[in-house]
Amino acid sequence: MTTPAIVPNFGSDDTGRKMAIICSKGNLDMAYPGLILGNAALGEGIETHLFFTFWGFDMIIKSRMADLQFSPAGNTAMHLPGTNAHIPQAVMPVPGMTSMATHMLKKQLDDLKIPSVPDFLEQIVAAGGHLWACRLSADMNKVSELDLRDDVEGIISASDFIEMTEGAQLLFI
Amino acid sequence: MPTIEIASKPVTVNEEGFMTVYDEWSEEIAKVLAAQVEIELTPRHWEVIHFLREDFKKEGESSTSRHTQTVGGFPIKEQFELFPKKPAKKMSYIAGLPKPKGCV
Repeated sequence: MTTPAIVPNFGSDDTGRKMAIICSKGNLDMAYPGLILGNAALGEGIETHLFFTFWGFDMIIKSRMADLQFSPAGNTAMHLPGTNAHIPQAVMPVPGMTSMATHMLKKQLDDLKIPSVPDFLEQIVAAGGHLWACRLSADMNKVSELDLRDDVEGIISASDFIEMTEGAQLLFI
Repeated sequence: MPTIEIASKPVTVNEEGFMTVYDEWSEEIAKVLAAQVEIELTPRHWEVIHFLREDFKKEGESSTSRHTQTVGGFPIKEQFELFPKKPAKKMSYIAGLPKPKGCV
């Protein structure tokens, strides 16, 4: 006994769904949510724009993007691996903690085959994603197009971005 | 799990239509699955499909787009050209494999 063909619904080509992700953080751990969600949206055929602003600018500055850091200071969700035990905040500011935590996080990501920040951005662009830089952040950081990844499409104002992403679902990270 | 008929063969699928039994797949079935999602299979498509089938045997799970690039050597950009809009899901569907579970 067979039933009629069942074909997955891969959505129509003209849903017009758009996603805009504002990346405002420059810590390694906070770079990933935008990259993972943006990449997932592209894999679902959704037009995706990433706008880098304030500290998030470090994700697209060529000389900084491979060197984002992770600090456990102030993060009360840090636990000893595999347990519910909190790591005391008092030990967080000791010298070397940030570099050790960064190293550990990078290794965990690597073990899960999650690409580095620069590689991830490259993948997002290859999948058709659009990268935009914030005008004010460029002025504050004293950087020009030359300092940014070549695949950043432009340095634009906040109002340009709002205009461009009309009707988009927006994520602020 | 419903059983449907594809290319005159009974095929077990899940509620979305993805095949659930690895050995029920054949190239004849793949052609029908591809046509159902409006993809005409070229030799390059077949290279991707055969990679996915082999990789599933080794890894025990469906390849993500990233894995298909880094391990299979098929660039992401090309995957989007071959299997437009939703490459990872469409590739798995045609290759008779489950939807990829990985986030990246």
